[in-house]
Amino acid sequence: MSSSESAAAPASVHAGSYLYYRHSLAVRVMHWINVIALTILFLSGLNIFSAHPALYWGKSSYTGKPPLFQIATRESDEDHVVGVTRILGHEFVTTEVLGAATDAEGDVVARTFPGWLTLPSDRWLSMARRWHFFFAWVFVINGLCYLAYSIASRHLARDLAPDASDWRSIGRSIVDHLRFKHPTGEAAKRYNVLQKLAYLSVIFVLLPLVILMGFAMSPWLDTLIPGWVDFFGGRQSARTIHFIVAWLLVAFVLIHVFEVIVSGFWNHLRSMITGRYRVNSELSK
Amino acid sequence: MKTRADLSRRHFLGRALGAAGALVLSGCDALSQTQWFPKLLATGEALNQAAQHLIAPRRAMAQEFSEADLSPSFRSNGTAMPDNPQYAALAAEGFAQYRLEVGGLVEKPVSLSLAELRALPSRTQITRHDCVEGWSAIGKWKGARLAALLETVRPKPAARYVMFYCADPMEPNGASPYYESIDMDDAYHPQTLLAYELNGAPLPIQNGAPVRLRVERQLGYKHAKYVMRIELVESFAKVAGGKGGYWEDQGYEWYAGI
Repeated sequence: MSSSESAAAPASVHAGSYLYYRHSLAVRVMHWINVIALTILFLSGLNIFSAHPALYWGKSSYTGKPPLFQIATRESDEDHVVGVTRILGHEFVTTEVLGAATDAEGDVVARTFPGWLTLPSDRWLSMARRWHFFFAWVFVINGLCYLAYSIASRHLARDLAPDASDWRSIGRSIVDHLRFKHPTGEAAKRYNVLQKLAYLSVIFVLLPLVILMGFAMSPWLDTLIPGWVDFFGGRQSARTIHFIVAWLLVAFVLIHVFEVIVSGFWNHLRSMITGRYRVNSELSK
Repeated sequence: MKTRADLSRRHFLGRALGAAGALVLSGCDALSQTQWFPKLLATGEALNQAAQHLIAPRRAMAQEFSEADLSPSFRSNGTAMPDNPQYAALAAEGFAQYRLEVGGLVEKPVSLSLAELRALPSRTQITRHDCVEGWSAIGKWKGARLAALLETVRPKPAARYVMFYCADPMEPNGASPYYESIDMDDAYHPQTLLAYELNGAPLPIQNGAPVRLRVERQLGYKHAKYVMRIELVESFAKVAGGKGGYWEDQGYEWYAGI
């Protein structure tokens, strides 16, 4: 009896909650284009990296100093293959994760990253470059549209720029995040201060940096102002920064998805698809 | 408190996401194998060339470095010793019998000895070599300016590309000799050289002796080693795989500025 009543009740009065229009159509479309483009850029980027899985600091790879980071494969005495990872002179055996993995026939073979982490899944530099550069254009054009939209629609000024009360609440917001406590009711309609800072640093620091470091790796673009690449330590340093920022973006995505899960997965997912986010008005009292 | 239903839903969600991910990845692999999809992806490369030529002037110079930046030894990549008896015979005599043939769409075809090539206006430059794989090495190159050679042979107006045919076969049976092509803008660029010296010594065999192309501002595979013959052409569509170079025929971009 009671279950049939609640099922029939309109959503807006159910448990004192209502749907709030949170994300505009433009933001939703650009969000999902970005998900696809960044995923493909990351996976194809790891395939490209597999062609020379070492990172250096400096103008070239061969300066007399060893690489900062290297994934390698060693054939040991007993004719079996070992994957190793070297970081700042320390070597770790990483078979099955980095450097070597078991193939379909059950043999351990040289393999920088597991197949599920690269696009294409097999080592195929020329095809990975095609995927990477095509989706780099998708990503850059989408990003420029997002910037133009966010400025013109005041999304940036209204929703993302922290105000004075945000800065005052930063300590409490950190504690709340650590306790997985999330704003409810009316407060859930706004981005909290840590969320704003995370989005702003991705939009204005990490994403521009990863693009710029991609440009720095292009020998043709290096001619624009000869020597500009040295500002970032040189071409190989730029490649290293490109790689590190790519992983920082992965870290951002993991935290972002984690926060989405702990603060109401289906509610957030719906709001990024239909735009509508459920606000529980009673809980806020 | 999480109920069992919640936990099994999460479990299901995790598995569903994993399965969907695997499906999407194998879908992407299937797309890579089609004829049409890589062509669509290649539009990104056409955009790269158009955009890069738009923002960086065609005469822009590649960065040059100081002696302090030189790589201790210049890495050899690809062929280290061409598997070719004629080449081996030339190398055995220190390339004394080497002739560089220059022909095709030119008014005055020539055949140059190494000494005649060395007599052409030269340039010395310390530049960075960027391999498509991701590594870079810095070397000091000396060579004849390709522009000076072109002024000698006088290209016909129809000439649009300069082809470089090399001594190194890329397959074990001596088949698929390496070749490359560049456009006339790159050919006349002041840093484009037919290099015969590396780091102050005659070009070693592992780096392309006796003559290799330097086409700074593009990736390493454009810098053809062991150059034996140069031909000016209107189109390279009928040469080998038709894509303008050995690696281009394997799916790499003809424009290698990125």
